[in-house]
Amino acid sequence: MSVLIYTESENGKFKKIAFETASYAKEVAEKLGSTVTAVAINVDDTSELSKYGVDKVLSVKNEKLSNFNVKAYADVLQQAATKEEAKVVILNSSANDKYLAPVLAISLNAGYASNVVALPESTSPFKVKRTAFTNKAFNITEITSDIKLIGLAKNSFGLKEHEGAATVDAFDPTLNEDDFSINVEAVDKATGKVTIADAEIVVSGGRGLKGPENWGMIEDLAEVLGAATACSKPVSDMGWRPHEEHVGQTGKPVASNLYIAVGISGAIQHLAGINASKVKVVINNDPEAPFFKAADYGIVGDAFEVVPELIEKLKEFKANNA
Amino acid sequence: MKILVCISHVPDTTSKINFTEDNTKFDTNGVQFVINPNDEFGLTRAIWFKEKQGASVTVVNVGGSETEPTLRKALAIGADEAIRVNAEATDGFFVAKQLAKVVEDGDFDLIIAGRESIDYNGGMVPGMLASLTNANFINTCIGLEVNGDTATATREIDGGKETLKTSLPLVIGAQKGLVEESDLRIPNMRGIMMARKKQLTVLEPVEANQETKAVQFEKPAPKGEVKLISPDNVDELVNLLHNEAKVI
Ligand SMILES: Cc1cc2nc3c(=O)[nH]c(=O)nc-3n(C[C@H](O)[C@H](O)[C@H](O)COP(=O)(O)OP(=O)(O)OC[C@H]3O[C@@H](n4cnc5c(N)ncnc54)[C@H](O)[C@@H]3O)c2cc1C
Ligand SMILES: Nc1ncnc2c1ncn2[C@@H]1O[C@H](COP(=O)(O)O)[C@@H](O)[C@H]1O
Repeated sequence: MSVLIYTESENGKFKKIAFETASYAKEVAEKLGSTVTAVAINVDDTSELSKYGVDKVLSVKNEKLSNFNVKAYADVLQQAATKEEAKVVILNSSANDKYLAPVLAISLNAGYASNVVALPESTSPFKVKRTAFTNKAFNITEITSDIKLIGLAKNSFGLKEHEGAATVDAFDPTLNEDDFSINVEAVDKATGKVTIADAEIVVSGGRGLKGPENWGMIEDLAEVLGAATACSKPVSDMGWRPHEEHVGQTGKPVASNLYIAVGISGAIQHLAGINASKVKVVINNDPEAPFFKAADYGIVGDAFEVVPELIEKLKEFKANNA
Repeated sequence: MKILVCISHVPDTTSKINFTEDNTKFDTNGVQFVINPNDEFGLTRAIWFKEKQGASVTVVNVGGSETEPTLRKALAIGADEAIRVNAEATDGFFVAKQLAKVVEDGDFDLIIAGRESIDYNGGMVPGMLASLTNANFINTCIGLEVNGDTATATREIDGGKETLKTSLPLVIGAQKGLVEESDLRIPNMRGIMMARKKQLTVLEPVEANQETKAVQFEKPAPKGEVKLISPDNVDELVNLLHNEAKVI
């Protein structure tokens, strides 16, 4: 009876969220007096999982699983959970994990709680804290089914290292034709760019920047910080920036460590999508902009003066702290 | 093609969120309810299929009679008929079970739901419904074409998008991007008049257990005041982010 986790990877390497899921699962397992088993699909070297408390890795190597496929991946996890007699199954909150979880919930007959932000408040009854109402509130949910499925909210737990070494077992689940009734025809993904989903820092620009020609400084600021770039809804609606960069309630959610908003007013629908970010900075020339009520740090000033200055100061800081 | 659009009835985005009965119930006092924005994108695409490819569009909600104005609004926008399953939408699994029954009885080919409801942010119902009815499932769907029995869809992934091919029956989790925002419709007078004459069927729920329950709500601790830094002292911001917030 172990706690089973899915550890997401890309091009044969774990994503950071895999380690976050493992860190969280380790503490859940400790509460239950149990161990952590991780399912890794087509990962070259799984040894790094040992550092985050994983006791056992089920390593699946199968060319048919080289593209993410919801049914096939859910089938793999279901078979792993059954084999391990897992009572708690934990996923994260990437696009793929959120796609998988409800499908897996049905095949495991498990109650599913998504957007979980903390360790279980109690394990019997099994109660977890989740975000609700676009981060304007929390909801304590009790999972009453025998098997419990948790979707951990991104960046809500962090990484915790542990001593230990995981054993690695090859795992060869049975796949059937129906697992592949959805086919990937094409993947269109920017390479070498920090994505909003994975970024520790996000730099975001709003209508206050006046036009797409002014985005150079946003990109420069993102570059010194190793950050992803994002924008408010009107900015993507007007085509100043690509649709993928739009964050907020109707766009992408952001749960970064640092979110820097430049020339964004801080409308409730924008804040709804970025509230989960830990530290928020606003740069806006209107002291009455609602963003100042939501931010941790703020500069009342003209973005066209403040941002270039900030870039310079950050470069100096990097040079001194390299 | 028979399309079912699942409509979640949610508080308007600007609503104040409060709780009653010792923080166990959402306080609906003074709250305006709307069609869940993700469902509105889906409904708009469904009506496009109706107009361009002769599909029929049924909308469904699992909820009490208070959700009927939301269903009537969907009819006014252009859906042909509505179904309300008369039960409180207590958990995602329970709702998916109710919707599965409607899908099976109505023999729908395409089921359009939203990526998530903006109230409980579950993101549960569409995937569960697909699995319960043995349909294909595409989440975070930002493009959909149907040709006979074949569907081509675009799904948003972290850092990009992918194109998928599959067959009907299909469930999608719709979101912004599925249709242009300028294509969203506001019901006009004629639509509202016609909606009054359209069929709204009330069904009793089927037996289904609940696997999760919301036992308590909490509001986040009030945020401290913003720390203002003078624009002439940008150094100080770098210093605070490094030494105090520890994020750089
Ligand atoms: C159903 C619904 C869903 C929505 N979903 C989203 C969503 O997901 N994401 C989203 O972002 N919005 C969303 N919106 C839109 C939202 O309500 C706001 O309209 C939008 O966020 C405003 O974008 P903005 O802050 O870039 O522009 P504005 O509100 O125009 O703000 C521009 C800001 O820039 C400042 N500024 C101007 N010049 C300068 C300068 N030189 N230096 C510094 N600052 C300057 C101004 O003071 C102002 O505060 C939604 C709206 C609705 C109704
Ligand atoms: N009570 C309900 N009645 C009908 N459809 C629903 C209901 N709840 C959720 N849905 C559908 O499922 C989607 C995702 O909802 P959720 O899983 O609650 O985040 C919504 O966008 C709706 O399309």
